[in-house]
Amino acid sequence: MNIWIAIAVTVVGCYAVKLAGLLVPAGALERPLVQRTAALLPVALLAALTAQQAFADGRTLVLDARAAGLAAAAVALLLRAPFLVVIGAAVVVTAGVRALAG
Amino acid sequence: MAERTSSPDIPGYSEGARDVVGPADSAGPGPARPDSAVVRDALGVGIAVGLSGFAFGVTAAGSGLTVLQTCALSLLAFTGASQFALVGALAGGGSPYTAAVGAVFLSMRNAFYGIRLSQLLALPRAVRPLAAHMVIDETTAVSLAQQGRRAARIGFVVTGVSLYLLWNLSTFLGALGAEAIGDTNTWGLDAAGPAVFLALLAPMVRTATQRAVAAVAVLLGLGLLPVLPSGVPVLAAALAVPAVLYVEGRKLQQAQTGLPRAGGDSTPADIARTAEPDSAQGEDR
Repeated sequence: MNIWIAIAVTVVGCYAVKLAGLLVPAGALERPLVQRTAALLPVALLAALTAQQAFADGRTLVLDARAAGLAAAAVALLLRAPFLVVIGAAVVVTAGVRALAG
Repeated sequence: MAERTSSPDIPGYSEGARDVVGPADSAGPGPARPDSAVVRDALGVGIAVGLSGFAFGVTAAGSGLTVLQTCALSLLAFTGASQFALVGALAGGGSPYTAAVGAVFLSMRNAFYGIRLSQLLALPRAVRPLAAHMVIDETTAVSLAQQGRRAARIGFVVTGVSLYLLWNLSTFLGALGAEAIGDTNTWGLDAAGPAVFLALLAPMVRTATQRAVAAVAVLLGLGLLPVLPSGVPVLAAALAVPAVLYVEGRKLQQAQTGLPRAGGDSTPADIARTAEPDSAQGEDR
């Protein structure tokens, strides 16, 4: 039951957040500062998410096989590999490093 | 992602993608591209990220959620990072409310994506409630990478629909296969998430400003991780934007009318900047 409560709150909350963004009045969007901020926010959030998902274990910072996987993804991106190849490189290298490390 | 696909010389070439993107500065590089190239990019993201729903399904089932609960999250919440955050928090024994608030907090970025997308896509009001469900990292990244409103709309819809279908299918299969596969980390599947985010980020860090924002955000996101509750550091990383804009504030003379920002994260720095009347450097994009 607790899990269903958590799911319900999450579902309603996440949808409300998404819809709110689309319904912000157009007038509020014409300000250059708002536009600049809105354009840069995804950069900040994606960068932080990338770093956290690669270098965090819970609330602890760690350097493990995921770092090698992320590095592989970065190399693939620099080589302009297709999206799936980028993800595949990260997964394969991470799994490989883990296998080698035992 | 635009540059990583193959040549545009394919049948069905259309000149349609040339609309001017309203007042929004398009983040996308390069000239307008044929619709089919946009579709290909969008499908690339939709399929790759959609398949990563498998990792979510496995993780959620491994965290004690039933298959039905796992699928309900992917069907109805449909924002991957929050879904992972929720099942992680539940597995850690957190209260359902704390876990849910953390997940919703993490999804707050989607509101900012929505602000951006509503300019870019110019959606009719009637379709916004439906479109809202698809306002996530990936659809935003693909839309922003396109040149022109038509291409942005195609990118949004194709990414959103393909990702939704595959994400839910793979979530279901992942939840079912959780026992069979064992520890997903052994297979490196936990590296898929950061790789996805990195691939989405890559086309967005072309200018010095964008790179500075990304760098500061990484420092904030990692540095605050040990001291703030789960989910909060990512939001705090958004402060990289006002911080960097402040440092580079003199470029922003157009913004000096003293208007507060809509995001609600107005800082003394912003207010200070708006009062500064000097050099007029151009936008950096």
